[in-house]
Amino acid sequence: MLRYIIFRILQVIPVLLGTTFLIYFMVFAMPGDPIVAMFGDKTPNPIVLEKLRAQYNLDKPFFVQYLLYLKGIFVGDFGVSFSGQPVSDILARTFPVTGLLAVMAIAIEFFLAIVIGLFSGLRKGGVFDNVSLIVGLLLMSLPIFVVAFIGQYFLTIQWSIFRTTVGSNVSFYNMLLPAIVIGITLFATSMRLTRASVIDTMNQDFVRTAYAKGLPRRRVVPVHILRNSLIPTVTNSAANFGVLLVGATVTEAIFNVPGVGNTLYQAILRGENSTVVSFVTVMVLFYLGVNLIVDLLYAVLDPRIRYA
Amino acid sequence: MKHSRIGRGIVALAAAGTLVLAGCSAGGDGEEGGEATGGGIITVNGSEPQNPLIPTNTNEVGGGKILDSIFAGLVYYDAEGAAHNDVAESIEPNEDSSEFTITLRDDAVFTDGTSVKAENFVKAWNQGASNELQHLSNYFFEDIEGFEISDGPDGEAGTDDDIYGAVEDMSGLTVVDDYTFTVKLKQPASDFPIRLGYSAFYPLPDVAFEDIDAFGQNPIGNGPYMIAGEGAWQHDVEIELAKNEDYNGPREVMNDGLKIIFYASQDAAYADLQGGNLDVLDAIPDSQLANFESDLGDRAVNQPAAIFQSYTIPSRLAHFDGEEGELRRAALSMAIDRTEITDVIFDGTRTPASDFTSPVIDGWSDSLAGAEVLEFNPEEAQAKWAEADAISPWEGTFEIAYNADGGHQAWVDAVANSIKNTLGIDAVGHPYPTFAEARTEITNRTIQTAFRTGWQADYPGLFNFLGPLYATNAGSNDGDYSNPEFDALLSEGSQETDIEAANALFQEAQEILLKDLPATPLWYSNVTGGFGESVENVQFGWNSVPVYHEITKN
Repeated sequence: MLRYIIFRILQVIPVLLGTTFLIYFMVFAMPGDPIVAMFGDKTPNPIVLEKLRAQYNLDKPFFVQYLLYLKGIFVGDFGVSFSGQPVSDILARTFPVTGLLAVMAIAIEFFLAIVIGLFSGLRKGGVFDNVSLIVGLLLMSLPIFVVAFIGQYFLTIQWSIFRTTVGSNVSFYNMLLPAIVIGITLFATSMRLTRASVIDTMNQDFVRTAYAKGLPRRRVVPVHILRNSLIPTVTNSAANFGVLLVGATVTEAIFNVPGVGNTLYQAILRGENSTVVSFVTVMVLFYLGVNLIVDLLYAVLDPRIRYA
Repeated sequence: MKHSRIGRGIVALAAAGTLVLAGCSAGGDGEEGGEATGGGIITVNGSEPQNPLIPTNTNEVGGGKILDSIFAGLVYYDAEGAAHNDVAESIEPNEDSSEFTITLRDDAVFTDGTSVKAENFVKAWNQGASNELQHLSNYFFEDIEGFEISDGPDGEAGTDDDIYGAVEDMSGLTVVDDYTFTVKLKQPASDFPIRLGYSAFYPLPDVAFEDIDAFGQNPIGNGPYMIAGEGAWQHDVEIELAKNEDYNGPREVMNDGLKIIFYASQDAAYADLQGGNLDVLDAIPDSQLANFESDLGDRAVNQPAAIFQSYTIPSRLAHFDGEEGELRRAALSMAIDRTEITDVIFDGTRTPASDFTSPVIDGWSDSLAGAEVLEFNPEEAQAKWAEADAISPWEGTFEIAYNADGGHQAWVDAVANSIKNTLGIDAVGHPYPTFAEARTEITNRTIQTAFRTGWQADYPGLFNFLGPLYATNAGSNDGDYSNPEFDALLSEGSQETDIEAANALFQEAQEILLKDLPATPLWYSNVTGGFGESVENVQFGWNSVPVYHEITKN
């Protein structure tokens, strides 16, 4: 087990080098000079341009820029944004916010998926199963911004149940609405996976054995059926977690959440290489970490899976 | 056994979750449960400053809004754009407006308690003009003696030692005594006193010169508001400003402070206005333009602003030079139905242009000779186009370039269609994915089409809409326009000491522009905004920013 974990952690190094290089290259290849854009519709003097470019290493060839960036990372310096803030400060400020949003959204998604999926599976073809199928499909096919706008309009502006936007008031309660929005647009897939898996498990020998042993339903369902049906749901939710870190941009903009999505979007617009690359690097690390945890969870959920 | 296994899994998950949550509460909790509204603090929208808060290094709206609140310059602008003395007691020009003697009030103070002296202005300007620092607004000091633009000691262009700015203190600035200094300009500029309300000309306290970068994160000003303590600027989130009780200038502050909330999307800001979390909004999102006036009723604002929009045809393009060019430019301009486009595309939030400036600027006119070229006139347009064809036949497509990330597509397409339908030629929009890309091509002069242009005034003066854009070799003359007659009228106007006489000359200069059409005026942008039920006396200034200090809250 330990060997497996160490191996997986070592794998991170080439992946990181590859991704930072790719991202840096893509930002570098983006047409247009970010320094020119700093001046709006006004045309800067060429001498000013040249000096500012030098300040941000933009006057150097691609490889030199990239190596300078890498060198910075090794000494813990992620560079500075155009506004003079260390990128590491921006990372430390925005990641916990998006992390909270993602964890809450995944928790909601996971809860809905398991509860609804389990009941649908246990009563396959029943009224509940059919209704949940339709509702799930409906929510899945709605674009997230539609759900967000509808939720925001009715729940905050009309009925004042939640705060309209989050802004500086990052708290569990204020983040609930954005998390619900993300959660309900995501849960359908996991729900269907749970359902299918539950149906599959119900027909397994060990379930029949459990009933034959005379175990009560309230014991068989959670321990024998649910637990053995969780693997696809866990995998899907974990994949969603990665998607969320990147894809929360729309939700973050609508609810003005001071998180990764909002900040990264602005940095891309401004062409701030160091900010963009650092953000993506940390996201990749996160994603790899979550996947490692998920792989380890498999062994917990299903003892037949072993890592050596 | 099995239980404990599941148990461990759950504990591990819970622990991971708590870690993330704990990280959050350590970082984010600004002001738990504190109602955004209440206590005479006005909440307004804004955006994270793109640069540290240094007056000479800030050239965008987000940071400008904050600087204008926490600093007081020599003059300030009222809602109509008229300049009034603030820290200055008097600004006296010499006979040809090339030298100014500036006397300060002796009772103005910075919020660290030090007095605002002549030296604070001179040192701040010298720093802002410095060739070494290359602050974004250093071009504001271009006209002062001692500001150099040259290829540097080695005499070669494009090398490290090129000079744009002041190498040492500018020779044009002289401190006479504690509260008096003089400014000598390279050439006359009658509107120099009007410029002095722009943020680049703000004074800086002595402490700023010790470590300007640290100062930029925690600025100390002398304005009607001040940063509300350490940490009041939460990056990317908001900034809180408190009323500065020591401010004794002419602007009376009617509220207790400002909370400027940064929004990445205007839609969120609009939702907050409706939800009652925001008192004043100064930009309505495009998606709400059609309905904001009915949503907000008399709390909606829609009035002209100092923003001029146009498209520019560089004269180096084939068919757009000389007599043929003049005819084609006029024909294209007359082929555009500005009234219909502003109504349909912009829901009446633009005003068709009748000159090259803005209706909120003193000296604006809708009756310049030749202004009929800005009216929709299909017959005349076709006639002029045919005349031009007789000189040299037109071929190809007329394209207008724009950046696709700025919401320009709808109107560019409408303008292209209007031209296409009227003149029967191919006309299309040419999108560039990003603003940076479009501006780079324009700046490098590699763009091969017409392109959208716009100008938001730095200060409310007619000259600011003309000099930087159309004077020969001027900084933002993207179309490389040059007309000696126009240049002569501009410099004549700049030598006037009387603003009325100067404006008359600037209008005459515009009549030349109407004939040459280096840029084709389209419309003036309106400022659109709204405010909540709890605030009163909301007025929008000439620069589209609400006059914050006059807002009251009940």
